[in-house]
Amino acid sequence: MIRYIADRVLQGIVVVAVMSLVIYSLIGLMPGDPVELMIAANPRIDAEDAARLRRVYGLDRPLLERYAAWASAAIQGDFGYSRGFSRPVLDVIGPRLANTAALMSGAFVLALAIGLPAGIFAAARPGSVPDTLINLASFLTISMPTFWLALMMIIVFAVLLGWLPASGLPTGPAGFWEHVRHLILPVVTLAIVEAGAYARYMRAAMIEALRNDFVRTARAKGASWTRTLLGHALRNAMIPVVTIMALSFGGLFSGALITETMFAYPGMGKLIFDAVMGNDFNLALVTLLFATALTLLGNLLADLAYVALDPRISLGAGAERGPAR
Amino acid sequence: MKKLLERPLAAAALAILAIMVVLSLSAPLIEAALGLDSNEADLLQRHQPPSAEHILGTDEIGRDVFLRLLYGGRVSLLVGFVAAVMAAAIGTAIGIVAGYFGGRFDAALMRLTDGVIALPLLPLLIVLAAIDLSKLGLTGLAQSESASLYRIIAITALVGWTTVARLVRGTTLSLKSRDFVRAAIAMGARPLRVMAVHILPNAISPVIVATTLAVGQIILFESALSFLGLGIQPPLPSWGNMLTNAQEVIWTAPFLAVYPGVLILLTVASCNLLGDTLQEILDPRARKPKR
Repeated sequence: MIRYIADRVLQGIVVVAVMSLVIYSLIGLMPGDPVELMIAANPRIDAEDAARLRRVYGLDRPLLERYAAWASAAIQGDFGYSRGFSRPVLDVIGPRLANTAALMSGAFVLALAIGLPAGIFAAARPGSVPDTLINLASFLTISMPTFWLALMMIIVFAVLLGWLPASGLPTGPAGFWEHVRHLILPVVTLAIVEAGAYARYMRAAMIEALRNDFVRTARAKGASWTRTLLGHALRNAMIPVVTIMALSFGGLFSGALITETMFAYPGMGKLIFDAVMGNDFNLALVTLLFATALTLLGNLLADLAYVALDPRISLGAGAERGPAR
Repeated sequence: MKKLLERPLAAAALAILAIMVVLSLSAPLIEAALGLDSNEADLLQRHQPPSAEHILGTDEIGRDVFLRLLYGGRVSLLVGFVAAVMAAAIGTAIGIVAGYFGGRFDAALMRLTDGVIALPLLPLLIVLAAIDLSKLGLTGLAQSESASLYRIIAITALVGWTTVARLVRGTTLSLKSRDFVRAAIAMGARPLRVMAVHILPNAISPVIVATTLAVGQIILFESALSFLGLGIQPPLPSWGNMLTNAQEVIWTAPFLAVYPGVLILLTVASCNLLGDTLQEILDPRARKPKR
């Protein structure tokens, strides 16, 4: 077990290292370089200054050499400064992570509270009217652009009804409840999208589980339908669903990118977007790597959850099973 | 096909897609018939309500919303179909080669596939969309008017091939040991011929399902990127970038934001439904839903 985890973590580190080079090169291909940005900000920099600055910052050296310099500093824990925030990159990321965690945990709990019961309820009577309605609703939510749903929420609840604010965070100092009030729209938007997917997975897993012989045995022994559903079938159906939940863990931090941008909520997703858009090279690089590492961690958690929940599966088989998405 | 039409929901999805395609393909004809110009701004006619002249009214600079939606549909549907087919082609090639040759070659290709699957997709697409093409030595392409169109097709295809690669590799592995394939090899058929003539036709049905589902996903990605200003660049309309403009006038004309979104929703839902139904028909044992 420990060997397996160590193996996977090692693999993950390799992937992150490879990705750091790939992202570094990609960012090098984005328009402009830091010196050009300085020239744009300060017209008194002439060609000679620019050449000197390029030399000072090492921009005249080849890409691989620059990458090596960045990587050796990063290994020692120095991730550089953010151009846009004029602070060390890690200092910028910290508070953003906390904001994203608040948003995501709210959305996650709400999505599970809607999605799982809906899926179980639908699976209990396949083909019935409630099943069809739940199916249809979850189908529509997974086919909907998240940003458009956010836009519709803003139009209905902020523009037309005026009940809730359109931004995710109060401007200026505000109390706890004011913060909660601002979080409602982004949390509900994210939860709707996620709940649809969870309902679909839950329903499929339940229907699958209900085909098992032990369900018939339980019924023959006189267990009620509710008890069979919740006591026997659900435990088996939860295995794939928990795996899906773990898989979505990594995506949680970058996946809220669109929602955070729509509601002007200062979390990790918006930070990645702003860093890429604002030519904040260092920040973009580190946040993207962070998102990659979290996604890999989520994949590992999914595989471990799979093994932990289902004694029939060994780690070797778990290693071969990749995410179905 | 016949089985597909027997299911009312799938038939409806097919009909919706067909109507979308026909309407957006005939956008220039409809434009001529209405006697309007979809790109002509008329600042005296801003935010007009629906009327006989402008079926869905006009937008924030007086352009006809209905015609813009049709032209936007051309772009969004084109991106969805072309990128999905390209992704399927890449995935099929990688999957079939990996499955057929096996060994270290297979292991390397599958590690690559796992690596791409493990990446945070949307942030990566944003970086790819922000790349300066002239730094890649593609100055001519960077300056062309439809650069944004080619770019979005290329980058969505570049990250979208993984599902198909896995599916095709799995099928190839099992087909490789079947008698008809072994007979072909024994008769001296070259690897390329075995893959193209014997394996590919038998591995194609899951690819069709995955591609149908991918069309919907890619349209979603295209609309999100265009909405963020990174995809299709105005004046070329797409459903995504029409929503960017609509967001800016959300307080004065909220309904401009409704139409493009409804069209995206209808199109993507139809693709998903069609994909699900095809999957059930082609493989009755598959019960797992796909996102």
